[in-house]
Amino acid sequence: MSKDKTYSQLTVWLLAVRDHRDRAAFGEMFDHLAPRLKGFIIRCGARPALAEEIVQDVMLTIWRKAAMFDPHKAQASAWIYQIARNRHIDIVRKENRPVPDELGEDPGTEPDASQILALEQEALHLKQAIQQLHPDQKEMIEKAYIGDLTHQEISTQTGLPLGTVKSRIRLGLGRLRKELKGLR
Amino acid sequence: MPAITHHIPDPMIAAYASGSLPHAFSMVVASHLSYCRDCQAALGAHQAAGGALLEEAECVALEPALKSKVLAELDAPAVPDPVYDAKGIYPGAVMQSLKGRPPRWKTLGMGVKQDILFEDKHGSARLLFIPAGQAVPDHSHNGLELTLVLQGSFSDETGRFGVGDVEIGDEDLEHTPVADAGDPCICLAATDAPLRFKALMPRLLQPLFRI
Ligand SMILES: [Zn+2]
Ligand SMILES: [Zn+2]
Repeated sequence: MSKDKTYSQLTVWLLAVRDHRDRAAFGEMFDHLAPRLKGFIIRCGARPALAEEIVQDVMLTIWRKAAMFDPHKAQASAWIYQIARNRHIDIVRKENRPVPDELGEDPGTEPDASQILALEQEALHLKQAIQQLHPDQKEMIEKAYIGDLTHQEISTQTGLPLGTVKSRIRLGLGRLRKELKGLR
Repeated sequence: MPAITHHIPDPMIAAYASGSLPHAFSMVVASHLSYCRDCQAALGAHQAAGGALLEEAECVALEPALKSKVLAELDAPAVPDPVYDAKGIYPGAVMQSLKGRPPRWKTLGMGVKQDILFEDKHGSARLLFIPAGQAVPDHSHNGLELTLVLQGSFSDETGRFGVGDVEIGDEDLEHTPVADAGDPCICLAATDAPLRFKALMPRLLQPLFRI
């Protein structure tokens, strides 16, 4: 199986940037990603001018931190989402986000390609589940992921519609997807 | 890795991923995740959901010059953010806040010590040092309190908390945490409002110690 057929386009670009510092791949990724990033960052409450600044920063951060991307651990879009949220917050609040230490591999599990494929597949299913939501439901889910929850909402909320996810990423994603489905 | 029985509630992990948690709470969440594979997996799931939403976001046209601006900067030397690794009992998120130095303990009496790591209008985070057998005065909370154990353990009305465990206190919790026998208990505690102490003495001391 060739990489290009089984990995998402975003993953292929990101691996080309990571492993070969491939400028052409970066340029294509920019064309695909940057306008979506701008739309997403505006949804997160930034004015267009600030959104441009954050897009620029996020794209450069992707280029500089590509070595840290590991498709066994996270999907390309998930990795980019976290960078986008972190950079947005760092720029607006001028504080560095605290991040968890790396835990390394689960004892007894060798990283292999099937792990990557499982993650890719779950991401695809998740995307489809989101596409099929009603607009008002999508908005509700969006609210939770664009940093639009007030402090009060977080401390009083005992369960987002997503519920509890406690297991390996694979399982967690399957569950998220089911709960998204359950919303329809 | 310690056996963890008290975790971060899932909505709080989603809020951490999205950046809507106040900084002080994010420090506790990041620190707990540094011990906990389960909560890291939950974070991964939320990041994936965020990623899917990002991919589904509406495209907004960019300023025409943005791409060439970014491409021109690819080779510019970048100053990397300082990275603080975990050291001893302190996870990287705590070391970042300590800027790599050891804690500067200030005594609160009865052998209890603290080091305020961070404070803004949304909340504060501190390290607490509690000798074995010592109690933190009986108190309730005006808001939310997250307490993560970094060394030793403590017990209160709701259970026992060991290394990596996090206790979530809110308006409904009134408790007297007592450090268990053994090593002194060292915790990372974050609050979004001052604690309310029942006994008069601690309440008088409160403004002094900013608890
Ligand atoms: Zn946990
Ligand atoms: Zn308390």
